[in-house]
Amino acid sequence: MPALPSPPTPATLEARPGESGSPCLVLSGSLDAQGAAALWRAAVEAVERAAGAGDGGSAVAGAGAAANTIMVEASAVASCDTAGAALLLEMRRTAARRGAELRLSGLRPEFDRLLAPFDPGEFPSGRFRPPSPPVVEEVGRMVVALAADLRAQVAFVGEMVVEAAGAVVAPRRVRWKDALLTMERAGVNALPIVALLGFLVGLILAFQAAVALRQFAAETFVANLVAIGLLRELGPLMTAVVLAGRSGSAFAAEIGTMQVNEEVAALSTMGLSPARFLALPRVIAGVVVTPMLTLFMNVVGLLGAAAVVVSLNIPPTTFLSHVRSAVTTGDLLGGLAMSVVFGLLVSAVGCYRGLQTGAGAAAVGLSTTAAVVSGIVLIVAADGVFAVIFYALGI
Amino acid sequence: MATPPTTSIIRVENLWAAYGGTVVLRDVSFAVNRGEVFGILGGSGCGKSTLLKHMIGLLEPAEGRVFIGDDDITRAAGRARLGVLRRFGVMFQGGALFGSLTLIENVRLPLEEFTRLPPEAMDLIALMKLKLVGLLPFARHLPSQVSGGMQKRAAIARAMALDPGILFLDEPSAGLDPITSADLDALILTLARALGVTFVIVSHELPSVLAVTDRVILLDKNSAGVIAQGDPRRLRAACGDPRVRRFFNRETSIC
Ligand SMILES: Nc1ncnc2c1ncn2[C@@H]1O[C@H](COP(=O)(O)OP(=O)(O)OP(=O)(O)O)[C@@H](O)[C@H]1O
Ligand SMILES: [Mg+2]
Repeated sequence: MPALPSPPTPATLEARPGESGSPCLVLSGSLDAQGAAALWRAAVEAVERAAGAGDGGSAVAGAGAAANTIMVEASAVASCDTAGAALLLEMRRTAARRGAELRLSGLRPEFDRLLAPFDPGEFPSGRFRPPSPPVVEEVGRMVVALAADLRAQVAFVGEMVVEAAGAVVAPRRVRWKDALLTMERAGVNALPIVALLGFLVGLILAFQAAVALRQFAAETFVANLVAIGLLRELGPLMTAVVLAGRSGSAFAAEIGTMQVNEEVAALSTMGLSPARFLALPRVIAGVVVTPMLTLFMNVVGLLGAAAVVVSLNIPPTTFLSHVRSAVTTGDLLGGLAMSVVFGLLVSAVGCYRGLQTGAGAAAVGLSTTAAVVSGIVLIVAADGVFAVIFYALGI
Repeated sequence: MATPPTTSIIRVENLWAAYGGTVVLRDVSFAVNRGEVFGILGGSGCGKSTLLKHMIGLLEPAEGRVFIGDDDITRAAGRARLGVLRRFGVMFQGGALFGSLTLIENVRLPLEEFTRLPPEAMDLIALMKLKLVGLLPFARHLPSQVSGGMQKRAAIARAMALDPGILFLDEPSAGLDPITSADLDALILTLARALGVTFVIVSHELPSVLAVTDRVILLDKNSAGVIAQGDPRRLRAACGDPRVRRFFNRETSIC
């Protein structure tokens, strides 16, 4: 029966010469986590010393198992839990390593029972560290993995395009409810941040341009610069980055959590393709909302620029006519075409990262980060490709 | 079946539990004695896990109090709360191991946070705990690399890491094979008898309940409360209440 809790007595260890010439260690007090922590190092050293002394003795005496015995007297141990049992086990292990035998006496039977299930030989000693491969091998592995990963991303984007084409043929296969919900979350709810960013970009661009153009008394051309810069490049790019941060990450987290909870596995076993069921609605939503958001950002950006221009005492009508003469329909449509591709890349790679998620909560975090990073990398790469194409086409 | 107040270590007094407007537990009172293995029984969805979460202070009761020793866990805050929390370990129904840590690291974690033992001592203690639940060969595996039953056993090892005086186990033997389950029962009995650890076990595995528990309460979904309490063997043998008879007999007919 459990004893009533008594105030713990501090644990002590004392070395004493035993009667039969073999060394004797006396343990007493509370061998709980605190006591074991206090005694651990000292106890191990005491056993090592005692085993060493036994060795010396046996060398002189010739041979004799008795000299290699270390007595441990534990009748004064008032309480003992797993930490105490671990200490006794460690002492026994240390003795065994030195070729000595540890003989425990006087330990109360209820504490003895704690120690009974354990055999000192069965636990690996020393800290375990997995061997780390050489650096060159590591680097090589990473490069190969990176290339394979890029390939897989592009393949997934292609798969999404095929799925989307299939959706045109058989629109009932798409989960439109999910797509609409995602459009609201990724599109409508993104309006404030897109507006803020667009206004700021237009404002700063116009202001910096005005400072430079004033030297040539050409402030009215601020409108031309901002309009072309926004419509052709900055509008689509900034919108896509916002999408990657807001929605690509959300897609990865949503699908990643489903992956961790084996929901994706459940879908597959029901014969439903996770790519069609989970990714396609999100990709459709991303492709639809990105050009709209880009258009919105363009308009707000021009408003920001107009604010600067008006403050320079140029009438708004002049600003407007300059914008009209500077940009062509080609500029606008080229920018929107870019934003469609950006939307596809960001949402597809977000879903892909989600589906790729490993096990555990940390894996979801990794996927989310990877979704944003890969999204932005793909946007930048695609932007470069577009620049070359537009140059070749003379747009 | 009056128990002198000095031996009770957990007291639940007039506990009401509700999720939103739905009352799950209605005026539940009972006491758990020091060193006993106490079972919470009942069909699926009757509120066993809910009761457990109230007993460990994870959920706040709509009404009523829960005492661990002399401390009211429903009111305790700050350092006092930490003190109460240190006195028990919990194994959740789903295991709740940390997915990014290996099994040995999971068991080591409380030792690292709450003791000053040298690292090799913490390793050894963690390995001993894993040995007790039969997982020594899997110490370096991640939770995702072992089976569901093994995760559950590792969670028990983690709950025992600091040798708490009370262990709460939610469905410890569900998902285990009969032999492992019997080993676990033996482990529970050893810990209870040798160390005086108090166990509160949620279960509906009748063989296991009959093997280890000293006393049980039986919850019922319809009345949202306790419909019987006492020695499970005696309850099974003779109880007037048809709901209690049905619970024990339905399950014994399967086994
Ligand atoms: N977070 C929650 N929100 C709302 N209702 C809940 C919540 N958790 C549980 N419930 C409801 O409370 C009731 C009791 O649930 P509880 O998880 O305690 O059951 P249980 O007895 O542990 O069942 P099982 O044996 O299946 O684990 C159920 O009807 C459940 O629907
Ligand atoms: Mg439950």
